[in-house]
Amino acid sequence: MIGNQLIDQYACHISDEKQQSVSQGAAAGTAKRYQVLHQDYQDPDGLRQIAAAIKDHTLHHLGDYLAQAEQALVARGATVHFAATDEDARQTILGILQNHGVSRLTKSKSMAAEEIHLNPFLIANGVECLESDLGEFIIQLDNDIPSHIVKPIIHKNRREIAATFLREGIATDYNDDPETITRRARVFLREKYMQAQACITGANFVCADSGRLLVVTNEGNSRFGMAPVPVHIALVGIEKVIPRDQDLAVFLNLLGRSATGQQLTVYTEFINGPRAANQEDGPQHMHVVFMDNGRTNVLASKCREILRCIRCGACQNVCPVYRQASGHAYRSTYGGPIGAVLSPLLFGDRFPELADLPKASTLCGACNEVCPVSIPIPDLLLRLRDKAQRAGIHSPAAIPMSPFALLATSPTIWRTAMTMAKTMNYLPLKIAPIKPLQDWLGQRTLPPSHGGDFRKWLKKRKRNSNS
Amino acid sequence: MANPTARPLGKRVLLMGTCLCDAFYDDVARATVQVLEHLGLSVEYPADQTCCGQPAFNSGDWAASRKVASHCAKVFAGDLPVIVPSGSCAAMNRHGNLLQFEETPDAAIQSLAGRTWEVMDFIFNGLGVKTWPGQFAQPTRLAFHRSCHSRGTTTGEAVRTLLASIGNAEVIPFGQSEQCCGFGGTFCVTFPHISGQMGTLKLDHILDTRPDLLVGIDMSCLMHLSGLAQTQGRPVPHLHAIQVLRNTLIT
Repeated sequence: MIGNQLIDQYACHISDEKQQSVSQGAAAGTAKRYQVLHQDYQDPDGLRQIAAAIKDHTLHHLGDYLAQAEQALVARGATVHFAATDEDARQTILGILQNHGVSRLTKSKSMAAEEIHLNPFLIANGVECLESDLGEFIIQLDNDIPSHIVKPIIHKNRREIAATFLREGIATDYNDDPETITRRARVFLREKYMQAQACITGANFVCADSGRLLVVTNEGNSRFGMAPVPVHIALVGIEKVIPRDQDLAVFLNLLGRSATGQQLTVYTEFINGPRAANQEDGPQHMHVVFMDNGRTNVLASKCREILRCIRCGACQNVCPVYRQASGHAYRSTYGGPIGAVLSPLLFGDRFPELADLPKASTLCGACNEVCPVSIPIPDLLLRLRDKAQRAGIHSPAAIPMSPFALLATSPTIWRTAMTMAKTMNYLPLKIAPIKPLQDWLGQRTLPPSHGGDFRKWLKKRKRNSNS
Repeated sequence: MANPTARPLGKRVLLMGTCLCDAFYDDVARATVQVLEHLGLSVEYPADQTCCGQPAFNSGDWAASRKVASHCAKVFAGDLPVIVPSGSCAAMNRHGNLLQFEETPDAAIQSLAGRTWEVMDFIFNGLGVKTWPGQFAQPTRLAFHRSCHSRGTTTGEAVRTLLASIGNAEVIPFGQSEQCCGFGGTFCVTFPHISGQMGTLKLDHILDTRPDLLVGIDMSCLMHLSGLAQTQGRPVPHLHAIQVLRNTLIT
């Protein structure tokens, strides 16, 4: 069976190999998260609620906290830029690079950079731009796009990666042993770090009180990237600000556990501004680009809770639809439950192009259950469905609901219909020209109709007890 | 979600029979009446009831679903507890309705939210029946699919505990039990491929444990799963938890 919905079609057509990679990688992530959180905390849910409250508070006062963060960053010697749109962000970054005469850089993993398609833009403008996160590096070699927030190559297996390395000359022979693959990437990347003139990172958190910037990685690639270069640029979504250093105690404990089942990521880098006079290493110049790119519109919408997101990917891991369809099915930077809400919203005026994403959910709520900041994703999906309906956006395969509403508000007709439905038991349903019925019967039987039988039973009982 | 602790109890209750029981699963509604009466309650079934409005609500047609929900709230007006043998209809009354009436708060809708109980939750947490004096004739392995709309409620634990307390019953765990079965309302026909894959995976996990009986609290999940199982040539005996309570009491 295959439906008219694009995500259903995508899921139907991906290879078994890709679907298995995604599904097994995601399921393993869910299991590890559960084990680590519950082994370390008696009440992980309580912790999620605290994190949600801190994020909500921050979003409620975002303007104030951004101003405070800017002030603190400047006091530390960083230069702060604000970019309203994706184009502003790209131009700002290009301008900084040109000012510093940068033509080669390394970049650590950043979803914000993915969002604005920074790599192709910089390359088109003559800047050699190399991804240093292993997964993103492989994505770049394959000219692919990430399919998961923290595991960008969840859809690939090691055989494909070994073949890529051979094809791209990273390796001189085929070897799909994961450790060998990693060693080869490491040798190749070490060289590039030394040749680079700048490093671009994202940021997981920016503390407003201290101007401290947090970057977590498992490979230490952002540290390597920053160590030998004079210029560091951090591209940061405006929602990444948190009030205080001490709030990190909540978020760091949740982030690693939710994302990969680690108590902490291997590297947790606190960046306290550009190189100080008494420091030997590190960039002399630090630029922080705060990017809006649709976020203030989301903040003003009825889906503002989605801005609590700390990009852990736990919702993607647990989502049964994501596991079947993969992140690429969502036709945008963010896939899975987070993407089904965030991507259409970030599309702004182009919302109709992604209005089908919120429909790709059974509303099972597993995403909400694992979310470290307790985003009520099913509620937000429903709100977006309502928004699409009110905007009159055509949805393929939608079942018209007005006849249902009429029937369900007319009790007499309803009761008659229930009784009459019994005739279904004698009809050849398999040839009835009703699309939803055929989509049901294509892979399932329908139980026999007992329309109105319960009501009859009640009446009969009443008669018997009265007689 | 409406406050779970402040719901009315009492000897008289209203039964919300659900549209699925009206159309297909009359025995689930019957079992609900029989079990509640066994527990000493008087059960009334308002004849003008139809559906909670969930199909339209989940499809995003809130204009349509608000009409149905308002009809439902009118039919169940008053101060009696409303008992429903479906986790998803209970969630619709208690949570979904509040969402769709957010901008136009409605007293009848709020009242319904504050009086609705999923039936197993009502028996366990409302009436305080913590063990079930039933008995299976022979050792019976039960696979309990919790149904997603019971997430974040006390229903799942109520069902698990009551089922496990039945003589000769064993509630067996199965893999990835947190995963959805793939029904999802209109999702099952608008995303038929993904829905079928999800259901098949769920059946694989359940049938791996060789259960004698698949137990659920939402006939929608069970209709989807059993329909799939039958088409795939591996039919699975299935019952609503309330039918299990009734059946084990009789034998």
